[in-house]
Amino acid sequence: MLKMHDVSKIYRTDLIETHALRNFSLEVGAGQFVAVSGPSGSGKTTFLNVAGLLETFDTGTYELDGTDVSRLSDDARSRIRNQKIGFIFQSFNLIPDLDIYDNVDVPLRYRRMKGPERHQRITRALELVGLASRMKHMPSQLSGGQQQRVAIARAIAGDPALILADEPTGNLDSLMARQVMDLLEKINDMGTTVVLVTHDPELARRAQRNIHIVDGLVIDSPPYERRTPPEPINVGAGAPTRG
Amino acid sequence: MTSYYLKLAVKSLRRTPGLTALMVCAIALGIGTCIVTLTVYHAMSGNPIWWKNNVLYAVTMDSWDPLRPYDSDHPQLAPPQLTYKDAMYLMQSDIPQRKAVMTKLLGMLSGAPGQTLPLRVWTRATSGDFFPMFDVPFEYGGGWSAGADRGPQPVIVLSKETNDKLFGGADSVGRTLLWEGHQFRVVGVMSDWHPLPLFYDLIDGAFNAPADAFVPFGWVRALQQLPGGNTSFWGPNPITTFQDLLASEAVWTEMWVELPDAASRQRYQAYMDAYWAAQRREGRFQRPLNNHLTRVGEWLKVNGVVSSDSRILVRVAFAFLAVCLINTVGILLTKFLRGAPITGVRRALGASRRQVFLQHIIEVAVVSLAGSLIGLALGAAGLSAVRALYAGDSSYSLLAHFDPIGVLWALALAALSTLAAGLYPAWAVGRLPPAVYLKTR
Repeated sequence: MLKMHDVSKIYRTDLIETHALRNFSLEVGAGQFVAVSGPSGSGKTTFLNVAGLLETFDTGTYELDGTDVSRLSDDARSRIRNQKIGFIFQSFNLIPDLDIYDNVDVPLRYRRMKGPERHQRITRALELVGLASRMKHMPSQLSGGQQQRVAIARAIAGDPALILADEPTGNLDSLMARQVMDLLEKINDMGTTVVLVTHDPELARRAQRNIHIVDGLVIDSPPYERRTPPEPINVGAGAPTRG
Repeated sequence: MTSYYLKLAVKSLRRTPGLTALMVCAIALGIGTCIVTLTVYHAMSGNPIWWKNNVLYAVTMDSWDPLRPYDSDHPQLAPPQLTYKDAMYLMQSDIPQRKAVMTKLLGMLSGAPGQTLPLRVWTRATSGDFFPMFDVPFEYGGGWSAGADRGPQPVIVLSKETNDKLFGGADSVGRTLLWEGHQFRVVGVMSDWHPLPLFYDLIDGAFNAPADAFVPFGWVRALQQLPGGNTSFWGPNPITTFQDLLASEAVWTEMWVELPDAASRQRYQAYMDAYWAAQRREGRFQRPLNNHLTRVGEWLKVNGVVSSDSRILVRVAFAFLAVCLINTVGILLTKFLRGAPITGVRRALGASRRQVFLQHIIEVAVVSLAGSLIGLALGAAGLSAVRALYAGDSSYSLLAHFDPIGVLWALALAALSTLAAGLYPAWAVGRLPPAVYLKTR
C-alpha cells in the first residue's frame, strides 16, 4: 500500500538546514493498522505529510497503492489525495461555517460525484460514526469527541485505501479517545489501511504494528502480525471503488 | 462546481460582513466615480456621426486679416466659419454629393392652435441637404427639397421638443405657423436628435442642443435676418446695412459637404483653391493658402472640444479607482490569508491549486458584482447630481445622460476590476503550503 525508499526531507532557511527525514524507508501493506511513534520533533508529522502528499520530498522514491507518486503535478497529487487518502487531524479541522453534512461532503465534491451518490455516502459514513441524527448541526454544537467522529466520517466517506491519522485523540479525554480508537479499529477491520501517528504508548499498543522514528529515521519496524482478515469497507453503494 | 463555489463564496462573505461591506463600497465608489467622469468624457469626445466620418467635411478658408491670424493661439487655423459671399460661391459647385450652408438665427414662432404667447426659438437656417447629410431622424414628414432652397419656400422643420410644445406631440405636418411674422408650413418633425458634441456648429456651443426649428437658408437674405450665433469681423469698412453684412469679410456661416470618395474630395479642394486664387488676384485672401476640408473627428480635435480639465478628471477618477482596487486587494489578501487554515483542510481533502483559485476568484467575482451594481447605481445618482447641479445649462444636462455606452464601459470596468483585484489574492492563497496550516490550526 505504502512503500517509501530512502526518502529525505530537508527544511532550509538562510541559516540552517533541518533534516526532518533521513533515508527514510518504510513499507506498509494493505489492510495494516500501523502506529508511528517517536519523541517530539522526530519527524512523525513530516512523514505523515509526505505520505499524504501534502509535502514534497528531496530524494528517494514513494509508491502509493502501486503508483509512483514521487514526482507528480499538483493536480495529480490532489486527485490521489482525494481518492486514496483520508486524513484525520488532532484538532479535527472541521470547516466551522459548514454543517456536519456539508463537512463530510467536501472531499466528495472535489471528486465531482453526483448528488444522490454523495448523499448516500455521507449518510452511510455518518451512520457508521453514530452521528446520522446530527447532520444539520454545526461543528460548534458538537463535543470534541463528536467532532472527531465527524472528521472520521469525512475521511472514510470517499472510501479511501489509506487513512492517515495525526494524533487523533490528542485533544480528547480518555473515554472519547477510546471511542475514536474503537472506530479506527472498526474501519481497519473493514479493510482500510490505517497509519496512526501518536506519542501515547497505550494507543500505539492497540495497533498491529509499531514503528518508532527518531531524528527522521525508522529505528524499529517489527514485522507485521496479521489479524483475522477483515471485510472490505464500502461506504458507498455497490462494489468498492478502490483496487 | 460553480454553484458550489458560489455557495461557499456567499458563506464566506457573510462570515465577515464588515470586510465584505468595505470591499463592496471600495469597488462601488471607484466604479461610480469612473462612470460619471467617463460618461461625460465620452459624450464630449465621441464622434456623434462616426459612421460618416470619411465622407463629411467641414469647409474652411482663411479669408482673415493679412496682418494677424484669426486665432492668435493657433495661427495655423483658418476661421471656423465662412463669409456669406464665399459660402454662396462654394455652394454653387455640383461636386459634393450633398452640401449645406447654415447659420444660427433667433426667431419667434406663433400661430399654433391655442398658443397665446409667441415662442422664442433658436432657428437654424440651412439647406435641404442638411437632413439627409447628417442622417437626421424624423418623427413626421421630412426635410425640404432643393427647390424649396431656391425659392426660398416658406417651409419649416420643427424639433420634437418644439412640436411637443406647440402641437402636444401630434403630427403637425401640413400645419402653418408664423415664424418672425411670416407664414411657414410645417414639412417635418424631427425625432429625438441630440448629436453630442454638436459637431456642425461648435463655435456656438459644442454641447448645445440642436435648433428648435429649421428654415431654408434663403430666408436669411429674404427676411434680412441678422445672425444670432457667432459673428467675427475684420476690415476697414463699417457694417451699417444688411447688404454691408452680406458683402463684408465677416464670417458667420458654416458649411459642410458630403464627398463620397477621394477623387471628389480632390476635385472640390481644387475648386476651392481655384476660387481662392481668383479672389486673391482681386485683392482678397492675402494670407497664405489655407483652405481645408476637415473630417468630423479631426474637426472636433482641431476645435479643442474635449477640455484638458475633462482629461485630467478622467485620470483622477481612474487613479481613485486604482486606489480603491489596491485597498480591495489588501482586504482580499487579509481575508484569504486569514482563511488559509480552512484552505489547507480543503487542499488535504483533495482540492487542487486550480480549484482553490477558482473558489476564491468566484468569491472575488461576487464582491465585484455587488460592487459594480452599487457602482452603477452610484454612477446614475452621480449623473443625476450633475444634471441637477447644471439644471440651467442645457449643455451639461445633455452630457450627463446615462447612455448604453456608459453602461458598457461600466461593465468592462467591473470585469477588469474583478481581474485586477482578485487574481493575485486568489493565486496567492492556492500557493500556501497546506501542511503548515493543518498543524497550527
